[in-house]
Amino acid sequence: MKLQLSEEDAAFREEMREFFTTQIPQDIRDTVAARRELSKDQIVRSTQAMNAAGIAVPNWPVEWGGKDWTPLQRHIWHEEMQLAGVMPPLAFNASMVGPVIAAFGSQEIKERFLPKTANLDIWWSQGFSEPDAGSDLASLRTTAVKEGDEYIVNGQKTWTTLGQYGDWIFTLVRTDPDAKKQAGISFLLIDMTSPGLTVRPIQLIDGSHEVNEVFFDNVRVPVANLVGEENKGWDYAKFLLGNERVGVAPVGSTKRTLSQAKEYANTAGPGGTSLLDEPLIAAQIAELENDLLALELTALRVVANSADGKPHPASSVLKLQGTVLQQAVTELWVDIAGPNALATGAGDGSDVPDLARTATTNYLNYRKASIYGGSNEVQRQIIAGTILGLRG
Amino acid sequence: MDFTLDSEQTALRDAVRGLLGKAYGSSETRREVTKTDPGWDDKTWQRLAEMGALGLPFAEEDGGFGAGPVEVSIVAEEIGRVIAPEPYVEAVVLAGGLIAAAGTAEQRAQIIGALTEGTLVPAFAHTEPGNRYSEIPTVAASGSGSDWTLSGVKEPVLGGGRADLLIVSAAIEGGTGLFLVQPDASGLTRTSYATFDGGRAAHVAFDATPATPLGEAGVDQTAVIAQAVAAAQIAYGHESLGAMAFALETTTEYLKTRKQFGVPLMTFQALTFRAADMYVSLELARSTVTWATLVLLDGDEGAVLEAAARAKLQISKAGRHIGQEAIQLHGGIGMTAEYSVGHYTSRLTAIDHVLGDGRHHLAALSKTLDDHDYIEPLP
Repeated sequence: MKLQLSEEDAAFREEMREFFTTQIPQDIRDTVAARRELSKDQIVRSTQAMNAAGIAVPNWPVEWGGKDWTPLQRHIWHEEMQLAGVMPPLAFNASMVGPVIAAFGSQEIKERFLPKTANLDIWWSQGFSEPDAGSDLASLRTTAVKEGDEYIVNGQKTWTTLGQYGDWIFTLVRTDPDAKKQAGISFLLIDMTSPGLTVRPIQLIDGSHEVNEVFFDNVRVPVANLVGEENKGWDYAKFLLGNERVGVAPVGSTKRTLSQAKEYANTAGPGGTSLLDEPLIAAQIAELENDLLALELTALRVVANSADGKPHPASSVLKLQGTVLQQAVTELWVDIAGPNALATGAGDGSDVPDLARTATTNYLNYRKASIYGGSNEVQRQIIAGTILGLRG
Repeated sequence: MDFTLDSEQTALRDAVRGLLGKAYGSSETRREVTKTDPGWDDKTWQRLAEMGALGLPFAEEDGGFGAGPVEVSIVAEEIGRVIAPEPYVEAVVLAGGLIAAAGTAEQRAQIIGALTEGTLVPAFAHTEPGNRYSEIPTVAASGSGSDWTLSGVKEPVLGGGRADLLIVSAAIEGGTGLFLVQPDASGLTRTSYATFDGGRAAHVAFDATPATPLGEAGVDQTAVIAQAVAAAQIAYGHESLGAMAFALETTTEYLKTRKQFGVPLMTFQALTFRAADMYVSLELARSTVTWATLVLLDGDEGAVLEAAARAKLQISKAGRHIGQEAIQLHGGIGMTAEYSVGHYTSRLTAIDHVLGDGRHHLAALSKTLDDHDYIEPLP
């Protein structure tokens, strides 16, 4: 047992810190620090700066731009990025469709998509959830019927995050209507400019347009866009959802946001006094810091012990507790903003500080965190069933 | 950075687990042992001594085995798994730690060797009634050179009735001194009683009781005490981890086997989700406590104090959560003295309230928010 990072890892941490705090355009880091939404252009520029340095998709196979890093190094990469206020590479590209194509796609599909996917020249959307297939994803109903060298796709996907920017969408579609639930599903790549494909915005409680419905009305998709084998899509989806151990919990960004909240609180009391002198606020922050430390250390235990390729049993803890703390910090922000938290619509001429104006929209927006990617109840089910052996 | 035990450490764990599993294989044995004074079993203590467990944290030149915090944590965790009543953290880590840190070469040679061999069991008399978790004692010392007397009351002193040697914190000019008091010293009265977790504590009164300074006379030992207390807080964290892990295992097993309405209790999601949350609490606490041990191994004194406080806070939260839920998920059987799980909750409650409870440490940590932007656990 040993506390310190090895010399090599400590140097790696310095290198990453240096890169993320100096090589990502400042306007992007400022937008993140202001807790405002990044534009499509900002996300693309941020990713391309990383890709130019060869560190946008370290989790991919080396021949497609990946890095031969240890899980700990990937963890450090991810943490330093978030601490610096840099958005991680778009998950749909970097952690979802990219690894699936690299693992299961034909050489032709790899060559066609992977370089552009790494560089965000193609913006991918995720077409998994449907109105009647949320946590129970395998009950999805969108169909793809083969007709010659095309599939005819009909149905509806929903909760498509940032689908308004999407160039392509990777979908799970039912190719064998007679097979039982998980069988008969295929992994199909669809050009979002195809005739019959419509994207419709869903307005959210924070006023944002972040997710969409995507409708497929006799959309024709070349059979060449099938990834891997027909009817094996469920296996690929499981691979996609289960192969990530690094960055499961957003530790770095929550640390940064909490640190920022503390700094803001320092002058947010009446007449510019410090709210850190309020025992209840101070205790809340101190407890969050301690909980976040426990989470970070758990993430470190998981990456340090995942060399054998199997998920560490504690990794479900990361998703669950990671979102609990992420949400708790957004809640703290609203408490610190106090009455100023109402001024979400304030513009020029308002005396309310910008960070107080964004507190509540972030709080409302991040209620999503304990729902997406396997809700926290699904995580508890996994912990109870897989780790504790409690199967109802 | 490495959070795993090496092969020697794993062997130590297996050996201690074997020994304690034999001694306290059934919770009935523990109940029998704790019924009569001193509340623990001298034979088990001797076996721990023979194995070398009692000398782990001490330097070889003092009569110890020159191991470190990781080895101590392994023993403490196994103590916790069976909630063995032997005073490992109290006598070895805390009292022994003070002697090792503050004692003169002669004192160390006399005491550490005997402690390691299991023939001398010391206790640290520090807590005072009405003084809560304060570090400033009201027991007063007067004298000079090697000739001192103490007056005042310490209580509850864990293991104070049975102790072969008392180490006493007392007010001296310019701070807090440490003193050795022999069990037969004049003006010393010790009244021992049982604590709710099966342990023993004592009312220890000093009336112009002769005492020898531990280390150099008249020196403020506040910082030395703080370091020894921190090491004990961290070791208690491991004792709690062992106890919490066992409480969760027992609860899980019960949910699998106990039937109601014709089905096992694990059929009910309201119960299994709560067990899942217990697991989350346990793993988070394990991370912080293990890290604190590595900070102790690393040796930066300021960092050790902070890490110990953080570990104690996390353990307090987890111990309450897991202890309470372990009883609740069992139902009525968990309330009985005959069944094991309630005794684990008792022990976790006792540990919580020794050397500062969670709220105490949270209050202290909440006054240090200005010291850092965020916590960086790896130096």
